[in-house]
Amino acid sequence: MSQSTVSPTPSAESRAAGSEVLSVEGLRKIYNEGKPQAKTAIDDVSFSVTKGEFVCIVGPSGAGKTTLLRCISGLAKPSSGKLAFEGAPLTAVPDQLGLVFQDYGRSLYPWFTNAKNVGLPLAARGVPKAQRTRRVSEILASVGLGHVEKQYPWELSGGMQQRVAIARALSYQPDLLLMDEPFASVDAQTRFDLEDLILSVRRDLGITVVLVTHDIDEAIYLSDRIVVLSGSPSRVREVVDVPLGRQREQVATRASDEFLGLRRHLLDLVMPHAPHAA
Amino acid sequence: MSQTTLPTVAPERADGPSIGETTDLLVTDRRTRTPGSVLRRVLIAVWLPIVLLVLWWFLSASSTSPFFPPLSRILEEWWNQWVIGDAKFQLASSLRNLLFGYVGGAAIGLVFGTLLWRFPPMRRVSNPIVYFLYVLPAPALLPAMIALFGIGELRQIALISFGAIWPTLLNTLDGMRGIDQVKFDTARAMKLSPPRVLFSLVLPGAGPQIAAGLRASLQTSIILMVVTEMVAAKEGIGYFILQAQTVFAVTTMWTGILTLAIIGTVANYLFVLIERFVLRWYYRSRALGNS
Repeated sequence: MSQSTVSPTPSAESRAAGSEVLSVEGLRKIYNEGKPQAKTAIDDVSFSVTKGEFVCIVGPSGAGKTTLLRCISGLAKPSSGKLAFEGAPLTAVPDQLGLVFQDYGRSLYPWFTNAKNVGLPLAARGVPKAQRTRRVSEILASVGLGHVEKQYPWELSGGMQQRVAIARALSYQPDLLLMDEPFASVDAQTRFDLEDLILSVRRDLGITVVLVTHDIDEAIYLSDRIVVLSGSPSRVREVVDVPLGRQREQVATRASDEFLGLRRHLLDLVMPHAPHAA
Repeated sequence: MSQTTLPTVAPERADGPSIGETTDLLVTDRRTRTPGSVLRRVLIAVWLPIVLLVLWWFLSASSTSPFFPPLSRILEEWWNQWVIGDAKFQLASSLRNLLFGYVGGAAIGLVFGTLLWRFPPMRRVSNPIVYFLYVLPAPALLPAMIALFGIGELRQIALISFGAIWPTLLNTLDGMRGIDQVKFDTARAMKLSPPRVLFSLVLPGAGPQIAAGLRASLQTSIILMVVTEMVAAKEGIGYFILQAQTVFAVTTMWTGILTLAIIGTVANYLFVLIERFVLRWYYRSRALGNS
């Protein structure tokens, strides 16, 4: 992907419709619709993601971020609005979508070895066994894991387990990787490693990524654009462009003036009444 | 498996031990822990039975009571009856009924437990019936079974099956309902087909509890095996015991009871052995302290 896709203020219309991976239009989600205990989780959310982009969705806690992700992944049905994946209406989880959940302990299957976990979506797609084995080793290596095929997920550290989960989502070469707070369950150091891993995976595979997080710094560090949600029920408060370029580095990038400026702006958006962070 | 994934090493240090270290840790862990703990577990399991056997041996040694013959005589008689004599044919008949009854009942329990999990309306409708049949003592059905199936082994197998259904069915249902929703979301995200969801997620996920149900079913089956042989039967260990008691062959009766105890113990240990193998992921992950 060229740098031009990350140019400042590209309006949704200026993006070529053909390269649009995901489009969300007027999405609304009401739980228990029509009942007295009805609760609007998402009021009105619209945004789109172009091919090769890294988009983060941030918002205050309880803003319905996970609900939004469940809707755009096809796991939950929106109450109204239009969802499209690569131009086609999205009704079920698309074939070319990879999903990574927050809690690897809950999403990995502890009864299978790492190889079997990663190979499961390939088996479901009818990939022959020999090819599967090769592909599993390949993808495990690309997330920085070698020879863990015969081990079980619970024999690995938390960060390594999340790598297995990421490898599983990438094994069938999806066009879009959707991640729900993927680094929230690991310690700070591992978190940085995983952030850099996902940036390098994205560079190598040219994959489109949408990542939900509550961490503003993480969102700025990773994304090309940030969709900022308002509190519950969520609306899009602003879509912020992140013109930091493709090469990012934990210490230098996070210390740059652009980063700090964006950080202040985003904090303002997420916590409108809070005093300015120093 | 290639050893050439160089970039691996650096990030893994940050995560904690590298892969090699993890493996070593695990192996040494198992090596240092297992022999001592196995010996201790065996000792804890067998010391009381051994003490009781020794007590039985000595306290009954000079017994003249016709009801409690010396253990030495029981063992001698056991050898004569069950190893040299014809009693082993009773054993064959019992074991055959047990096997067919248990396997049939457990299979029905597993299949219907899965169906009830898969189709909640079916579950709601059948819930009262299932619990009604579950609490009904199976031996009470013997007369009805005799009326239905006559007095042959079919009746025995049917009753053993009936009793074996419920623990497996209820545990299967409960285990499947307890599987984390996130694992089902993951399955949908991976586009797993329904049969794949069943065999890759639902059955292994409910595995530990299904095993608990199968074990309870096995115990019920052994009890029912004996009970069915004691009523209107012409063969089996239960019949053998009852027959010996009727003709006041008390020592012979005791050999039958001893044989039953051996069957129960062996069946139980076999079960545990298979369970430990099939669910080794579960026991090993629990031993590691992760979920």
